[in-house]
Amino acid sequence: MGTAIAFYFISACILGFAVMVISTKDTVHSVLFLVLDFLFVAALYVLLGAQFLAAIQILVYAGGIVVLYLFVVMLVNLKRPPEAHSDPHRKTKLGFGLAAAVLAELALLAFRSSDMPVRPIVEAAAVPVTGNTEVVGWMLYTSYLIPFEIASMLLLVAMIGAIVLAKREL
Amino acid sequence: MIDTLLIPLLKIVIVLNATLVAVTYMVLLERKVIAWAQSRLGPMRVGPYGILQPVADAIKLMLKEDITPVRADRWVFTAAPIISMVPALIVYAVIPFGPVVNLFGRQVSLYITDINVGLLYIVSVASVGVYGIILAGYASNSKFPLLASLRASAQLISYEVAVTLILVSVILMAGSLSMVSIVRAQESQHLWYAFVQPFAFGIFVIGSLAETNRAPFDMPEAEQELTGGFHTEYSGMRFALFFLAEYANMIVVSSVATTLFLGGWLRPFPSVAALAFLDFIPSWTWFLIKSFLFLYFFIWIRATLPRYRYDQLMRLGWKVLIPLAILNLVVTGIVKVLIS
Repeated sequence: MGTAIAFYFISACILGFAVMVISTKDTVHSVLFLVLDFLFVAALYVLLGAQFLAAIQILVYAGGIVVLYLFVVMLVNLKRPPEAHSDPHRKTKLGFGLAAAVLAELALLAFRSSDMPVRPIVEAAAVPVTGNTEVVGWMLYTSYLIPFEIASMLLLVAMIGAIVLAKREL
Repeated sequence: MIDTLLIPLLKIVIVLNATLVAVTYMVLLERKVIAWAQSRLGPMRVGPYGILQPVADAIKLMLKEDITPVRADRWVFTAAPIISMVPALIVYAVIPFGPVVNLFGRQVSLYITDINVGLLYIVSVASVGVYGIILAGYASNSKFPLLASLRASAQLISYEVAVTLILVSVILMAGSLSMVSIVRAQESQHLWYAFVQPFAFGIFVIGSLAETNRAPFDMPEAEQELTGGFHTEYSGMRFALFFLAEYANMIVVSSVATTLFLGGWLRPFPSVAALAFLDFIPSWTWFLIKSFLFLYFFIWIRATLPRYRYDQLMRLGWKVLIPLAILNLVVTGIVKVLIS
């Protein structure tokens, strides 16, 4: 009961703040609502028992990436009134199309998973460690080793790209 | 009911109040120590030797006029001091002041909670605290606070990297992220990590000075260049919140340093049986003594060293501390594999 109330409250906050992110005029306020959104997503992780993920979510997204967003937003001139587009609704159709596609996909997943029993990827007995952090580490270095390495390669490439862009002559 | 609700609530109330009192007296201590370092007396008028000065300061700050600049972003301007203060206080949830002790016939742990990801919790909550400074600078709509907050965000993000990398070395040594387990690991390995990881300890100390905006890295509030830095436009109680948050963060950093590197609540040389007579001293006293010495060190540094220049600060962070931290991590990993 308590969990359900917490879940619906947190989810409502996530959705509400997400709407605020895209509807606020002031860019800095928009970024701040994004931070709040990330914090509530972390709360959802805690509710699911994934404390490690929650802490990483706050550390990386709320505390790291969005600070950089804010940094950039503060450096550009915000006091200028928003530019009037020739046609403010020019992207509406595309937006609705994309939103409908995502909604259909989510609905499909929701209906399919409700009559399928949830199957763990690795049996709990096969993991020789206990504790949230330990299990995440174990899974990353056994079942998900290749995706993990590919993700780190991707980050490395992004890092090299950033250095190349920042340094005009090497 | 008593164990699940009343005792944790009581612990939270005690820790928060003790923190706030400690913070106000930290301010007095700092003024006194710096005065002594400069052959002055420091505050002497309020109470004997000025010990009631924090009370007078608190009353003064509460009675002062609370000014919001005309063109300021009102909501963000009001929220910024709160965003600074709250992370500085909720971090205390996972700091272990002592082990589980017997109090009035009941087993009571001298920490509010011990979660599996304790250290990560501290790092992530501290990273949210950065917003207070950035937003204060932005919302004031004034050039000096904005410059200060840009400096502050660059400084805090840079040094966060070095400090977090250092924490990974400690986690490798202890094999756990839980604060209580890290102290227990130091007990079972018969060593404080400050002796095993002197480099890590040094980098952590330098990084924590930068993370708490303390001299010699107090760039965000450099009076001579920025007329007070990110809180230039703040007055009264809102200014006081920034002030309190800074000192609360200092206490947090010294508690974390004590827990990770100085053996937390353990007495000196926990494995030497000849010193067992020291055990009559309660464990939390050791914790408080070590934290106090660390805080004193902070003040001592401020009275001794001049401020760094901004480019020197960045060079130190990115070209010295981060490479050293990575090297330390790699060496720790290799040694750990070789030993096991």
